Amino acid sequence: MSKSAATIRASRPASGFVGGVSHRYAKSDEGRNVPQGKRFGMKQLMALCLALLAAVALPAATQAQGGPLRIEITEGTIEPMAYAVPDFVAETPGASQYAQQLARVVADDLTGTGLFREIPREAHISRVTSFEAPVQFTDWRTVNALVLLTGSVAEQGGRITVKFRVWDVFAGTELGQGMQFAATADGWRRLAHKVADQVYMRLTGESGYFDSRVVFVSESGPKDKRAKRLAIMDYDGANVQYLTDSRSIVLAPRFSPNGDRVLYTSYQTGEPRVHILNVGSVQSQILPNASGVMSFAPRFSPDGSKVVYSVTTGSNTDIYLMDIAGGAPRQLTFTPSIDTAPSFSPDGSRIVFESDRSGAQQLYIMPVGGGEPTRISFGQGRYGTPVWSPRGDLIAFTKQLSGRFHIGVMRTDGSEERLLTASPLDEGPTWAPNGRVIMFSRETLGAQGTSSLYSVDVAGRKLTRVRTPDGGSDPAWGPLQ
Amino acid sequence: MKIFSKALILTIALGLAACTNGDRFGAGGGAGDGYGAGANGGVSGGILPGSANDPRSPAYFNQTVGDRVLFAVDQSTLSAQAQATLDGQAQWLMTNNDYLAVIEGHADEQGTREYNIALGARRANATMEYLISKGIAPNRLRFVSYGKERPVEVCAEEACYAKNRRAVTVISMGMGS
Repeated sequence: MSKSAATIRASRPASGFVGGVSHRYAKSDEGRNVPQGKRFGMKQLMALCLALLAAVALPAATQAQGGPLRIEITEGTIEPMAYAVPDFVAETPGASQYAQQLARVVADDLTGTGLFREIPREAHISRVTSFEAPVQFTDWRTVNALVLLTGSVAEQGGRITVKFRVWDVFAGTELGQGMQFAATADGWRRLAHKVADQVYMRLTGESGYFDSRVVFVSESGPKDKRAKRLAIMDYDGANVQYLTDSRSIVLAPRFSPNGDRVLYTSYQTGEPRVHILNVGSVQSQILPNASGVMSFAPRFSPDGSKVVYSVTTGSNTDIYLMDIAGGAPRQLTFTPSIDTAPSFSPDGSRIVFESDRSGAQQLYIMPVGGGEPTRISFGQGRYGTPVWSPRGDLIAFTKQLSGRFHIGVMRTDGSEERLLTASPLDEGPTWAPNGRVIMFSRETLGAQGTSSLYSVDVAGRKLTRVRTPDGGSDPAWGPLQ
Repeated sequence: MKIFSKALILTIALGLAACTNGDRFGAGGGAGDGYGAGANGGVSGGILPGSANDPRSPAYFNQTVGDRVLFAVDQSTLSAQAQATLDGQAQWLMTNNDYLAVIEGHADEQGTREYNIALGARRANATMEYLISKGIAPNRLRFVSYGKERPVEVCAEEACYAKNRRAVTVISMGMGS
């Protein structure tokens, strides 16, 4: 385990990303934010919007009341925006191995959103052989690319530096300003994700989710001898590392808000108990002071100081809240029913949970300070595993109806329910840090059944299997790094 | 103690191998629990102590008395058949009062993970409460729920699901014995 911890630290240097400060590049504030003034301006957005409409006569849904080109992420049907990303230009001999891979990871990120469509490389007319050379816009217009992304990569002394620019092909102008990121060689995928996050932000006006990690349960073996262990990976399934062995059943890990700790349920003592694990040191322990013999379904509060979880006493399961720092847990629900799967609102004031107090699983919201819960789900079927969106606007859930399972979303008052998936066994949604994509587990049935991770955008357009070395379940998405 | 444990593991292995309705998760209780199941070699000519023919053996409890009760979908109510099985369990535990029991609650896979843990607890608790109502001392009993984590059958049909919706009474030697 200590070896694994060292690997994690080595591949995740806290200051591994530095903003470019040469006169040609915008300072990137440790690669996290584009300064406000460098954001894609309204005027440019309008120009691109007009160009777009003139060029491909998009459906009316994308016009967004004549506003800027804002890919409406919540709309049901849109035409993905066509973009091109040639291989990055290798500026040093040691960088050539990354030139193509970086472009491929960026493309996988962007295309994976369902908002963008890549113009295949075979169709490209121009070859970008110099990052500084003028862009041949005519060539890119000819292949109907609306957006062009160019990049370069240099390697020196084990460090990789990536530069990139985003171009509005039809206006013939640059979108925002060029930026650069740097990292040690083993962090090259993160550089690609950072570039893709920037492109996403410039084209949607929202922060991205590509440079993020997911903690999940890695599963192997047949259904009746399933071995489970905690694992952590990049959001796209790369760089999997294991956090526990498979000696005990482990379930439902949950990241702390800044990703430094993980709450999960383990049967290490023989009963399910809430554990807390330090991601850096890979050390874990039973959550101190958690009441009850059987405790499970933990989640952090948005400030990371509290844990809400379930405790089973006799036939009754209730929800408790405790301070990680110490003190007695406080009981929040008091009915003789199954109250579980609690999740905080992003402002920390309310908790959504599931309860069968009405006779079957339904969703309820209660104030953190206590008080009567309000039922919000009233459709047919059963509703479980609610998770509050980081944007605060939606609640994702698992719905069981007529022998099928669905991942769905509804507004926090229960209105506008939409089901995004359907299969014999989908469950356990988790939100991307920007609240636009949901990851979940899908189990196939029968003797050969396995569990896999999938993601789906909140509009339900793009369902993607997340490739992991073994099976996977119970994903929990961490913050944007 | 170490040798004793090894012997137990061996006998468990033999016992399970001999079980016709072997619970592939029967030995999933707390580590270090002793299981007194004896080898059932099918030897004729007198009752082998510890074998399934020995009424005082856990093997007898598992196979003849019946170590498990089944539940309807999303229910934790004990059917008449389940109660009859538990009456037998209670009687056996009364007779063999040096044994402890852990009741393991389970659910089929047709439910969400957290809910199924709570549902398995309801089933195990209903089973435990019934045994207590029949006179078994509460301090000889405890329960744990595995939710849908440990199915004994893997097909996606009701025949399998029905066997997975269960509470299994797992016998172990008491501290003093």
